[in-house]
Amino acid sequence: MTELTSLTIAEAREKLEAREFTSVELTEAYLSAIDAANSVFNAYVAVTPEKALGMAKASDERRAAGTVGALEGIPLGIKDLFATRDVHTQACSHILDGFLPKYESTVTQNLWDDGAVMLGKLNMDEFAMGSSNETSHYGAVVNPWRANGSNQQLVPGGSSGGSAAAVSAFLCAGATATDTGGSIRQPAAFTGTVGIKPTYGRCSRWGTVAFASSLDQAGPIARDVRDAAIMLRSMASVDAKDTTSVDLPVPDYEASLGQSLKGMKIGIPKEYRVEGMPEEIEKLWAQGIAWLKDAGAEIVDITLPHTKYALPAYYIVAPAEASSNLARYDGVRYGLRVDGKDIVDMYEKTRAAGFGTEVKRRIMIGTYVLSAGYYDAYYLQAQKVRTLIKRDFEIVFDAGVDAILTPATPSSAFGIADEDLASDPVKMYLNDIFTVTVNMAGLPGIAVPAGLDAKGLPLGLQLIGKPFEEETLFRTAHVIEQAAGRFTPAKWW
Amino acid sequence: MSVDLATVKRVARLARIAVTEEDANRMVGELNGIINFVEQLSEVDVTGVEPMTSVTPMEMRKRTDAVTDGDKADDIVANAPSTDHNFFLVPKVVE
Repeated sequence: MTELTSLTIAEAREKLEAREFTSVELTEAYLSAIDAANSVFNAYVAVTPEKALGMAKASDERRAAGTVGALEGIPLGIKDLFATRDVHTQACSHILDGFLPKYESTVTQNLWDDGAVMLGKLNMDEFAMGSSNETSHYGAVVNPWRANGSNQQLVPGGSSGGSAAAVSAFLCAGATATDTGGSIRQPAAFTGTVGIKPTYGRCSRWGTVAFASSLDQAGPIARDVRDAAIMLRSMASVDAKDTTSVDLPVPDYEASLGQSLKGMKIGIPKEYRVEGMPEEIEKLWAQGIAWLKDAGAEIVDITLPHTKYALPAYYIVAPAEASSNLARYDGVRYGLRVDGKDIVDMYEKTRAAGFGTEVKRRIMIGTYVLSAGYYDAYYLQAQKVRTLIKRDFEIVFDAGVDAILTPATPSSAFGIADEDLASDPVKMYLNDIFTVTVNMAGLPGIAVPAGLDAKGLPLGLQLIGKPFEEETLFRTAHVIEQAAGRFTPAKWW
Repeated sequence: MSVDLATVKRVARLARIAVTEEDANRMVGELNGIINFVEQLSEVDVTGVEPMTSVTPMEMRKRTDAVTDGDKADDIVANAPSTDHNFFLVPKVVE
């Protein structure tokens, strides 16, 4: 049965429809794969076999009755950030110990409405704060990829590290993820998978544990571009419960695959050629440019002059919003409580015990930049710089550029417990240098695997699009995928 | 601007996070590292630039002011560490 798990969503969809196997059989194959390998990867923090088999059985019954949703019978993994009714939902934090929501996030509800099956909840950096999945209360996730001739454990990236590892290691057909500064695209790049962060407002944020509300967006991580297109179509919707969700029709993203790039203008921003960038990434970028040119696109050099300020502005805006959003975890309404001598003592002890080091660090930064006397110098200044970052993109798009091609990350996956990164938080933050501008400007961005480095580890390219033009990204990423091929790790587990 | 030990303790108090002396000392270095990193924003000329309030220009959707949800007190307190008759229990606040 193991071969069932190697199918893409599109392939499984076809074979389910042809009655080659049932959703129950497909789900059982994934559950046994998880059973055999989750202790190696630590990708799932909660597996829900009974729920999965129940949903799969119901899906088979619907299919027999002639009702077939867009994801009918497809087993998916769900990032622990999405509220799932009566199922483990903790944003991988100790402070949400035992939390079982009485409601369902809009994104996951959309997936179930389309017939998908939930396998369980996926590991992530605590409250989505991290780039290596090492800040999780449930421990690090192991990347299914290893360097040639090495058995060193590598990170899958973060914060959606469990999602990326599970997709890459065939422990789910696809996974939900979220991206505040790169948390879909960086782990996708580190694991040879495809991840898209749609335009801000494309997916409802309702029922997704909030980190930085003006930046957070849900999106899929999938085996290939087509699967990502199938999943996003189901995840996206306007939602009365999220006033920032956008009332625009959700296109059939899959239909944009295979369309020609003739007449399309692809911008290459000079500011993304950063100091100390490995030559391999330069080469990969040049290769991506050549592929798009071969496919008929026109390549133009562009400038996004405020790029270097995106990361510092992010590290003001995101912690500020986080410090406000995470104020709700106080030991009163849900999760952990540590008793104290009075109510303030209880709050302080609960939050000290419940939050991990990185989360505390960001709450502290956020509290500091919003505190009296510093608001103008930091927060207001960052929001003004954010306007300039967005304007950079608007100028380029107004000049006729359809999409922008950049590397996805400044390196391939690094080792778990890397001492150099652990000693300096800012170094870890630099992982998001190519992805964070996209969140600051609310734009869609996709990471697509484009090659392997000398160590045999996957590297990704990123395409950035105009607001709500995800179709352009899927179409262009598909061309890169066709040229580069697909990348799966050699099985060692 | 740089952060000293007293500032770290004050901010921790504002954030309602208990910190040990050791935590606070470590945070001085870490927070200064991050503050120094974000400090480069001050070199950007923002004369006449409006601060961003929404990435996508949109008008807030409004709905009729009507009750659309409710009657689920049991659900709301279901995850609370301590409750009594659908009230959240907390340590005594007023003497």
